[in-house]
Amino acid sequence: MNALEFIVAGMLAAATPFLLAALGEMVAERAGVLNLGVEGLMALGAIIAFIIVYHGGGHLLGFLAAGLASAALSLVFAVIALGFRANQVAVGLAIGILGQGLSALFGKTYESLTVKGLPKLSLPWLSDIPVIGGLFAQDVVVWLSLAATVAIWAVFAYTKTGLVVRAVGENPKAAHALGYPVIAVRFAAVAFGGVLAGFAGAYAAVVYTPLWADGMIAGRGWIAIALVVFGTWLTSRIFLGACLFGAVSLASLAAQATGLDVSSQLLSSLPYIVTIIVLGIISSNRRLLKLNGVASLGEPFEQ
Amino acid sequence: MTAPLLSLRGISKSYGQIHANRDIDLDVAPRSIHAILGENGAGKSTLMKLIYGVEQPDAGSATWKGEPLALASPADARRKGIGMVFQHFSLFETLTVVENIRLVVPGAKSDLAQGIRKLGRDFGLEVDPLAHVHSLSVGERQRVEIIRCLMTRPELLILDEPTSVLPPQSVDKLFETLRRLRDGGVSILFISHKLEEIRAVCDRATILRGGRITGHVDPRDHDAHDLARMMIGRDMPQPMPAVAHSGGEKRLEIVGLDHRPDDPFAVTLSDISLTVRAGEILGIAGISGNGQSELAALISGETVLPREKSERIFMMGKDVGVLDAAARRRLGFAFVPEERLGRGAVPEMSLVLNSLLTAHPSGLLKRGLVDTPRAKAFTEECIRQYDVRTPGSETEAGALSGGNLQKFIVGREIMLSPKLLFVAQPTWGVDIGAAAAIRRRLVALRNKGMGILVISEELEELFELCDSIQVIHQGRLSPPLVTRDTRPEEIGRYMIGAHTTAEKVPA
Repeated sequence: MNALEFIVAGMLAAATPFLLAALGEMVAERAGVLNLGVEGLMALGAIIAFIIVYHGGGHLLGFLAAGLASAALSLVFAVIALGFRANQVAVGLAIGILGQGLSALFGKTYESLTVKGLPKLSLPWLSDIPVIGGLFAQDVVVWLSLAATVAIWAVFAYTKTGLVVRAVGENPKAAHALGYPVIAVRFAAVAFGGVLAGFAGAYAAVVYTPLWADGMIAGRGWIAIALVVFGTWLTSRIFLGACLFGAVSLASLAAQATGLDVSSQLLSSLPYIVTIIVLGIISSNRRLLKLNGVASLGEPFEQ
Repeated sequence: MTAPLLSLRGISKSYGQIHANRDIDLDVAPRSIHAILGENGAGKSTLMKLIYGVEQPDAGSATWKGEPLALASPADARRKGIGMVFQHFSLFETLTVVENIRLVVPGAKSDLAQGIRKLGRDFGLEVDPLAHVHSLSVGERQRVEIIRCLMTRPELLILDEPTSVLPPQSVDKLFETLRRLRDGGVSILFISHKLEEIRAVCDRATILRGGRITGHVDPRDHDAHDLARMMIGRDMPQPMPAVAHSGGEKRLEIVGLDHRPDDPFAVTLSDISLTVRAGEILGIAGISGNGQSELAALISGETVLPREKSERIFMMGKDVGVLDAAARRRLGFAFVPEERLGRGAVPEMSLVLNSLLTAHPSGLLKRGLVDTPRAKAFTEECIRQYDVRTPGSETEAGALSGGNLQKFIVGREIMLSPKLLFVAQPTWGVDIGAAAAIRRRLVALRNKGMGILVISEELEELFELCDSIQVIHQGRLSPPLVTRDTRPEEIGRYMIGAHTTAEKVPA
């Protein structure tokens, strides 16, 4: 397998943790809530899923429990930030640190243990195509994540639910005046974001690298938050961004494997460098941000 | 009178120390157009919010079609058949017209788009259902508001100052719509401070002053003067007579200016020419969104022309196209922008600091440092002269009501005694007593030889103030029309672009 085939085959799996977490954060942000705790939510989801899978509970149960646990933690955030109208940035950071702490605590006795990942499901014929065939052999979570991406896109593009979430994010006062329950919508959006962050963490811990190491989320939650801006709050662009990051992180592995004469630290920092560059480029286009941005992002709503 | 559709008894609402509504009794008859008349701050909006369920009253009771009515939310109100056309905070800018409407009206997108087009045709409320709201003018946005409300088929429709952004022809059209709706069985609560309108379209009028009801009348039995007295509790101040002048020197001249802004949603200006002389007030009429804000930014210096476009804008005889706002002010130019918060004043700063923003060159500095006692004295003088209702000069600008802040900003700019004063929407949201005072002041300044340019959407105001009027439509300016020799209908034709610009009158 050459480097290109390696990247093509692994890109979607590498992208999945970014994708799930970023989509969840996108939903919360579109409702006007900036939840900076994604890293911690992912870390909590990761350890919960790992523990359950390790003790033989199976992947399905592991993912469900991870989603629930992260949703519960994100609701703590929602109660403080939306219920008591505390500063969303501060509360988000605190919840993120709490999540990472809980993850380290629960994971203490599981350090360096491994579980079994998930088998790849190949699409007939397509997966036999040379070079890009690897793209069509993915595990079930990747396939479901792709389906979820399309579903979220459709909800925002076509349904009234999506419309209400956008309305609440853009002008909560007007949404309230029209009779929509602003706070309830925001709670739901945050909880949904929590569930997806939990899934993202679970995928990282029990499918992508099924080995427990403390701090294994390694900044992917932060990149997910950056990806939301990167994708200007649009599902399709966030998907492309996640794929790009998946590919870049694999490229650095591939480059190291081929013995390229570049320091490995530089290569493994590539995804982060790319994040900064792309964010800079996107933020310089004010029209793009103005058209797609969320007007009330991070602002508490008072009736 | 038949049994009322909506009946309020003893409704009161306070915010802290302020009694916004006290002991309000109101009966709205079925099939009637009922005016709620009052100055800004009289409690009209609070009362409407109570009726529409946005807020709950502290005391009192309401009945709807004979049954007790308790509204917990606007959604409740809509279910009962009460609709409201808001003035503020009600459209979502990043959504399209049809998406905005879909938030309130059930139905598929394509059906709604068709309904919007049909209502547009029937009532002269044309708007593209697929346009994004942020790309619409204020006037178009209001059409969306009205359509959105009509589509919920309400039995009681509340309209908050609905005519403020419409040209005269559309006002008549709207009144026709309202009459048709009434004949179709809808009652209308019509909030306004425009007396002639109320006399033209309303069957009943309830007058509010200081949160209390001061009268229930049939507006057709009273002239505007009577209504005004009930509304403000004293006689209206007389307009200041304008002294005839022979034209003075040119204070502002724009010659054949074309401008295409960078913003993709802004209006392109073409072939703009105008002249403001000393001792003259020139008014610019037009429906909002026809290039007023772009023109205002070019005159104020917020938009600076590129160097190759020289000799287009002159102030006090000097080519100022490439000069920024501060440099133009140094020539004796003063400007009151349309948006008070954010452009006219900094909401988080005290009135004293806001005075310093533009008045610092007129003796409020000592060796480059702020001379606090003088700045304070300047601010207090402005507050006193322009009747700004505020606890004091250290109050944050954002805490003032819109009308009071406007009085403050207009006062601040006038106190700079500029040679050329440019005021956009001089009396927007200002109560009629204070608005009359501002207009008197502007005419007095004109009589003393100041050159004044006014942009306004209120034709009555322009007719009262201006020596001549030019109309802006789709980024083009009509030839100047001498106010004495023209009529609102003529201006109105220019406003909707129905006038051919071929018959150019020499300026």
